[in-house]
Amino acid sequence: MAQTALAESDTGPSLTELARRHGLSKAGRLPSLPEYTRHLWSYRHFIAAFANAKVSASLGSTRLGVIWQVLTPLINAGVYYVIFGVLINTKQGVDNFIAYLCAGVFIFGFTQSVVQAGTHSITANLAMIRALHFPRASLPISICLVEVRNMVASIVVLIAIVLVSGEPLTLEWLLLLPALLLQSIFNAGLALFVARLVSKATDLRQLIPYIMRIWMYGSAVLYPVTFFSNRLSGWQLAAIEANPLLIFIELVRHSLMENIELAQPAGLLWIQALIWTVVVGLGGYVYFWRGEKGYGRG
Amino acid sequence: MADNERVPTVVADNAHIVYRIYGSVAPGTNSPLASFKRIVTGKKSNAVREVHAVKGVSFVAYKGEAIGLIGTNGSGKSTLLRAIAGLLPVERGGGIYASGQPSLLGVNAALMNDLSGEKNVELGCLAMGMSPAEVKAQAAGIIEFSGINDRGDFSSLPMKTYSSGMAARLRFSIAAAKKHDVLLIDEALATGDAKFRKRSEQRVRDLRKEAGTVFLVSHSEQSIRDTCERSIWLESGEIRADGPTADVMKEYETYVNK
Repeated sequence: MAQTALAESDTGPSLTELARRHGLSKAGRLPSLPEYTRHLWSYRHFIAAFANAKVSASLGSTRLGVIWQVLTPLINAGVYYVIFGVLINTKQGVDNFIAYLCAGVFIFGFTQSVVQAGTHSITANLAMIRALHFPRASLPISICLVEVRNMVASIVVLIAIVLVSGEPLTLEWLLLLPALLLQSIFNAGLALFVARLVSKATDLRQLIPYIMRIWMYGSAVLYPVTFFSNRLSGWQLAAIEANPLLIFIELVRHSLMENIELAQPAGLLWIQALIWTVVVGLGGYVYFWRGEKGYGRG
Repeated sequence: MADNERVPTVVADNAHIVYRIYGSVAPGTNSPLASFKRIVTGKKSNAVREVHAVKGVSFVAYKGEAIGLIGTNGSGKSTLLRAIAGLLPVERGGGIYASGQPSLLGVNAALMNDLSGEKNVELGCLAMGMSPAEVKAQAAGIIEFSGINDRGDFSSLPMKTYSSGMAARLRFSIAAAKKHDVLLIDEALATGDAKFRKRSEQRVRDLRKEAGTVFLVSHSEQSIRDTCERSIWLESGEIRADGPTADVMKEYETYVNK
């Protein structure tokens, strides 16, 4: 209600006073966080329907349709297999490099596509925002749901690659579920964050691809994590090992594969993943909520 | 305000609305050198232009009123409606207050063109806050009201295959499916053929009975005269006249025909 108090006017307080006396609420008032969360929850069906609509709209113009969700990660893995497995034929000190590489590529790709789609989630739907009333956080969140769907397809492909490349199926594989759940929440926070950031500072969208590329090189996607510990030390190593995506990728590799060298003990990785998820998930949500009333302005 | 029986539903107190538009730059101002100069001198970029669409508008709307908003193109009518609906923020210093959540019923409510009409009905209703059960109960009625199935099964085809009139009819039908406290109607009656227009005018009258207050933006003088007893004339973002429709219309006509 802080905004209501700010509404001083030159034409005298009588109109504002009249409005207050009759219990009218200010148009465009920012709802409190719990109120907003409840409102958002009541729009869960819209969020799901919007995510479905996005998928069918983007795949509707293709003939193969849903098959592309599996085909895309397969082709992705195929490209990396040809380059690293056949052409360069490198192992980089990892026993099962192709599986190692694909885990990195797919897990990083999950966050990358969420960020890319998140930057458009407000700006591409401005007409809808200006026409209809719904909690704006629905848009970045449905975009995350779309990417979760794509991620599930690529995880199926990843599991197939890991099994074919000779890894045993163990109970540790169950750790995949909490790791992906944490990453999904982390991604949702990130999507909310970039959605507001880019809707205010549109120039940033041009920088996002470069930021993501730097982030990828810092996440040990294309080479083993030992690459960093061999070259860096002190605060530089600490900074790179605190990288949330490096942590998520390591957790997935650790759960799916045997004989993996981790940068830190698994327990420590889990704690850090949890902290990152809470900080980015909550932080992104609160940051987005603070801007709720300005998205219609464009 | 001695009038105690009249309950205000919408109060605008010195409301200013400013659009910020990016990327509409004059040639020469967006060259790398000019950008660099701006960064060095710290001057504000010309790439962001501000449009002061509504300039200090004040009025009180009461329960049971139907108010027509008239004015030439670009006078700020639609912008004002969006601000009442809370879709556009009002600048500091003024405010718009409303009872409940005003709903904007516009023909340009964006839907997804790649999806079928049926899917758009579902999505639009959910976006207006209906529950899935309500959507299921209303979907058939909405499609029927829109009349898009009059010439074969169009509701299962993607919306991009619709004619502009059909798409507008479907949008209106979706928006009109819900009950509203304060109803804001933007040019909705001008869409569709004569048959549909009659049907939609009837629907607006029904909605008005249920709604507290109705605002209507239209360039059709007839529909303003038919539905509104009070009119506000906006010109360049300022109120030129506010009063009984007949008086305001007379003033407006002499201004337009000048």
